[in-house]
Amino acid sequence: MIKGKFIDNLPKVYGIYTGGFLVFIIIMAIAEQAGMTAKMIGIFFVSFTVLIYALIGWLSRTLQTDAYYVAGRQVPTVFNGMATAADWMSGASFVAMAGGIYFKGYGYMALLVGWTGGYVLVASLLAPYLRKFGCYTVPDFIGTRYGGNLARFSAVIVLTVASFTYVTAQINATGTIASVALDIPFEIAVYVGLASILMCSMLGGMRAVTWTQVAQYIVLIIAYLLPVFWISNNIGAGFFPHFMLADEVARIAELEGQFGFVKNSAADLATVPKGLSAITKAHSSVNATPWAFISLAICMMAGTASLPHVMMRYFTTPSVRTARRSVGWSLFFIFLLYSSAPMLATLSKISLMDPNLATGIIGKSITEVQALDWYQNWNQAKLMFVSDFNGNGTLELNEFFMKGSAVVLATPEIAGLPYVISGLVAAGGMAAAMSTADGLVLAISNALSHDVYYKIINPKAETAKRLIVARVLLVLIGFAGATIAALEIQGILGSVIWAFDFAMSGLFFPLVLGVWWKRANAPGAVAGMLLGLISGTAYLIWVRSGGSGFLGITQLTFGIVGAAVSLVSMIVVSLITAAPDAATQKMVDDVRVPSGKTILGKQH
Amino acid sequence: MSKQEQHWEKTRNLLFITLAIWFIFSIGIFLFGAEMQESSIRPFGYPLTYWFTCQGSLAIFVILIFWFAGRQEKIDDEFGFTEREGDQ
Repeated sequence: MIKGKFIDNLPKVYGIYTGGFLVFIIIMAIAEQAGMTAKMIGIFFVSFTVLIYALIGWLSRTLQTDAYYVAGRQVPTVFNGMATAADWMSGASFVAMAGGIYFKGYGYMALLVGWTGGYVLVASLLAPYLRKFGCYTVPDFIGTRYGGNLARFSAVIVLTVASFTYVTAQINATGTIASVALDIPFEIAVYVGLASILMCSMLGGMRAVTWTQVAQYIVLIIAYLLPVFWISNNIGAGFFPHFMLADEVARIAELEGQFGFVKNSAADLATVPKGLSAITKAHSSVNATPWAFISLAICMMAGTASLPHVMMRYFTTPSVRTARRSVGWSLFFIFLLYSSAPMLATLSKISLMDPNLATGIIGKSITEVQALDWYQNWNQAKLMFVSDFNGNGTLELNEFFMKGSAVVLATPEIAGLPYVISGLVAAGGMAAAMSTADGLVLAISNALSHDVYYKIINPKAETAKRLIVARVLLVLIGFAGATIAALEIQGILGSVIWAFDFAMSGLFFPLVLGVWWKRANAPGAVAGMLLGLISGTAYLIWVRSGGSGFLGITQLTFGIVGAAVSLVSMIVVSLITAAPDAATQKMVDDVRVPSGKTILGKQH
Repeated sequence: MSKQEQHWEKTRNLLFITLAIWFIFSIGIFLFGAEMQESSIRPFGYPLTYWFTCQGSLAIFVILIFWFAGRQEKIDDEFGFTEREGDQ
């Protein structure tokens, strides 16, 4: 129903979709003027968009393996770029990143550099070669290039550990947003989020996920950019904030000097709800050591190039050439949001801090702030908190607490925009978290169904059975993720960063050397994956349990330890064991030229 | 040297150039973050290091990937290794 002609009509289909979404926003704005309550607007925004994604998911249902695993390899360059951008930008990018920058400033801006720079590695080292290989999953490449079930299985282990850590954070994010927007308890909201995620991916696999991700990208980019431009114009900071906020950045530095960073006592902090923080770091000055900044950027870059849910998006393009260009488009679409995140953090901070603005609250009396509508709402959701520690009756910089994930969601309200924008932002955050969760759940269940079930356990299974197994696994993994997300072990940003470190520890060098070093063999790759993952994890546990660490490597950058061990063990073990046979060497030669047949057949 | 070896040598050289540019703007300049911040060069009025972390490096990566893709396509064309219809 949606084949062939659909691909040719993509710009038209998504053009109409975008127009329809804009009309929906306008209708909601009119409804707000007519007296619709904030709560109803939130419910409409989230449920309307989620239903559209579910509809796309249902229309893209399929019974063919290559459509289920790689969307039939016919996704055009630019659209694959959009889908990758949505796949990539998670709840962490959308909801948490601007918050991280808001609180930590320069130190966390390493994430911006790391999460974009990684794409240069993807484009130059891996994506085109893995596309030429013609694999369905990342372990498929490892298993075929190195040969043997052990290598394949090790890759599945690393993939599962990294992606699962990541997916719990995304389900956590969908839960947070659904609970705020729909006004239901978090423990239930997590499962509402899960149900929406599964509706998009279960029937159509990669094909359904691709077309919902494009739709989700459109929603999330509108939802992120609109408030940034609006607030900037509203406070007279400039009509194009990205090039015009220099004065505001300077003004924040001035205000920070004026208010000062007062350190709260432990007794005072004990009264603050868990997970909330006050601004303690300067906004724009270089306040981290070069190594702290660079090590975090390195981990995020190498992690980007090893995360299977990103890599598998480039298996869906029609050719090697389009895979390469598609990486560029992905980064362009990501750039649109990432370059706006620091601007949003700046606007949010100036709105709160500047006493000359109507929205500024620092320096006002505590009772006045406590009477604000938006403060009461967010305080009730346990995402905001004020307390008069020094007893002087006015709110100081160190007395205003907010959760990192609330910065993006609450800024439109703080800056005095109509509630329709808050509803839009909630829908955007939901789209970002859902699109990434879809990609991740699919990456894990595809690896388990294709690599473990079909390639290792039951190579004779027929198509129908393979696709049933794939779907059952998808649901099981989703539920496991939601159950762990409901426990709230680690914050959203923290678990996402861990996922990058896990992926980098186990997969970066086995993937890269698989293409770039012919001498790499199966024992070396297995050693690289397993020892890398084990040593990285051991370091994380050591540092978490009070270990001092070394070389300034923290729990956020343990991937450096894992990857170093992985590289050394892979080279040493490869060299002391036999070189790969002639057939494997020939295979690597074939991967290196774009022309000719893929290594694995179209259907496998 | 066979045609394929020549192709691979050119591909590898392109990789080294690409990674060198990548290294400068993702790691190299941030070794001098504090010094650059004090610089009188202020793109759009922002402090220099701040600008690179939120726009400069990011935009350079986007351009770099498209440049890399274009060069690699030229190399593939030169040796006749560009994909043809029906290859896949």
